[in-house]
Amino acid sequence: MQHGELQAIYVMWLRQMKRFIRSRSRIIGTIVQPLFFLFILGGGFRGATLPGMTGDYIQFIAPGIVAMAILFSSMYTGVSVLWDKKFGFLQEILVAPVSRFSIIIGRTLGGATTAVLQGTIVLIIALLLGVTVSSISGFILAYIFMILIGLTSVGFGLIMATKMEDFEGFQIIITLIIMPLFFISSALFPIASNTALPDIVIKLSYANPLFYMVDGLRGSLTNMNNVLHPLINLGVVLVICIIMLGFGSYLFNKTEA
Amino acid sequence: MDIIKTEKLTKKFDGLTAVDNISFSVKEGEIFGFLGPNGAGKTTTIKMLTTLLNPTSGSAEVAGFNIINEKNDVRKKVGVVFQDPAIDFNLTGRENLDFHARVYALDRETRKKRMEEVIKLVDLDEKMNIFVKNYSGGMKRRLEIARGLMHYPTVLFLDEPTLGLDAQTRRAIWDYIRKMNKEEGTTIFLTTHYMDEADYLCNRVGIIDHGKILIIDSTTNLKNSVGNDVITLSCSDMNKLLKGLEKESWIKNTKKHDTYLTIGVEKGEEKIPEVIFIAQKLGIKIKSISVRKPTLDDVFLSFTGRTIRNQDPEHPWKQFARRHERRGG
Repeated sequence: MQHGELQAIYVMWLRQMKRFIRSRSRIIGTIVQPLFFLFILGGGFRGATLPGMTGDYIQFIAPGIVAMAILFSSMYTGVSVLWDKKFGFLQEILVAPVSRFSIIIGRTLGGATTAVLQGTIVLIIALLLGVTVSSISGFILAYIFMILIGLTSVGFGLIMATKMEDFEGFQIIITLIIMPLFFISSALFPIASNTALPDIVIKLSYANPLFYMVDGLRGSLTNMNNVLHPLINLGVVLVICIIMLGFGSYLFNKTEA
Repeated sequence: MDIIKTEKLTKKFDGLTAVDNISFSVKEGEIFGFLGPNGAGKTTTIKMLTTLLNPTSGSAEVAGFNIINEKNDVRKKVGVVFQDPAIDFNLTGRENLDFHARVYALDRETRKKRMEEVIKLVDLDEKMNIFVKNYSGGMKRRLEIARGLMHYPTVLFLDEPTLGLDAQTRRAIWDYIRKMNKEEGTTIFLTTHYMDEADYLCNRVGIIDHGKILIIDSTTNLKNSVGNDVITLSCSDMNKLLKGLEKESWIKNTKKHDTYLTIGVEKGEEKIPEVIFIAQKLGIKIKSISVRKPTLDDVFLSFTGRTIRNQDPEHPWKQFARRHERRGG
């Protein structure tokens, strides 16, 4: 790869990092929301028992909230290509003698890095609240899941950004697609082992990409309440990630400024 | 040597022809301007020449490279200052320049040296370490011009370089443009709908309207083509006077507008009494009369039959919104 291409990837990544560190409201926002979930929802249900759940509720919900923080943060990065479109910065990048592919890689890496950083902050808070990690290897695997969740969501955000003209569309997609998917991902309560839920919801949850991300993260991090083996989840998430990124960069490649 | 050469360049958007079969060339080292109203196809032409859009048909060469087959080579040779600001407002001026230089693969030493040069050229020395969101409109424009020059481009494209800026800032930007053309020998291709801008800056001007080039010539030749002086007058019966005047051999051209006539002549001051005399003979009452040197406005008028659509400088976002609608987004 040429020197310019590497520089382009680096610049796009660095830009993402600088913007992230400088936008205090975004950092606070993305940390505070998961905190509410952990403290209030997690605290409130602490002594509760749920059908299909073993152990402490906060232990159950923590991986789900880490996944949520990464999911929303990196989806936002992907969609923020729209801002660049709107403010013309995209043109400046597209007219440079570097391939679109490098631009996409840099941006995706930047988005995933900031998202994993946010996920890490949430994870630290969860550990302080008494969530226990199963093993060192599980912890490493958990980070692989976090990175993959980040990359996949940036890819999904990119797809949305190339298909949308404004930000209202983004809100609608969050409400109509992401929130329902999040609710049946078993991030907040067990689905597959839950006898109280209708059979159809349980079956549907297996068609939900978020389920494999949350379940994989939970299995590797706490080794409790996970439905599938983390490595099976890893395989599924890897495939989803490749599809999303491939499709996202394909669509971005076709963008004309 | 021709730096830009287009061959029947055409761009269509869903049936709308934005650029219609244009062929022209720009010589090395000159300041060439496209003059025309909004929607004439100026920006589309720039986007094709800078490889952001593929032409529907026809082709072009920029700095010796084909804009369709040799995109990357073209991109290395051109600098662009877009009509809408294309800087990252959340970065400092220095960071914006540094990012640009890195993407264009300048090494560390060149980056540093060149940055100081271009900053000096546009007088932004003291403002380089503050965020661009705190810049004024003129400063943003200057930063963009500096950035466009960072990678030693052979040709710099400026799309409406002074749109929405106040008179004083415009004057300053013009001087920077002239300076870099002179000091760096950069060929400049600019678009504008301001007559005075084209007149002040350009060696040669192409008048473009509805996607077609109507004429290309030096500003002096263009102005001479409408006569050395322009007499503007309003009177009671314009058609009758026009008929009476057309017989006179010293009249180069006439044009009727809504409320006034323009007449192209030599030595306008001496011709005013003659015009008044003819009018009186025909029993026509002249309400007002004046003589002035022709402007590019008159040239535009004589080629298109109308004045350039009057546009106040507007916020770039509005244009964005308009473009947006036109594309059917």
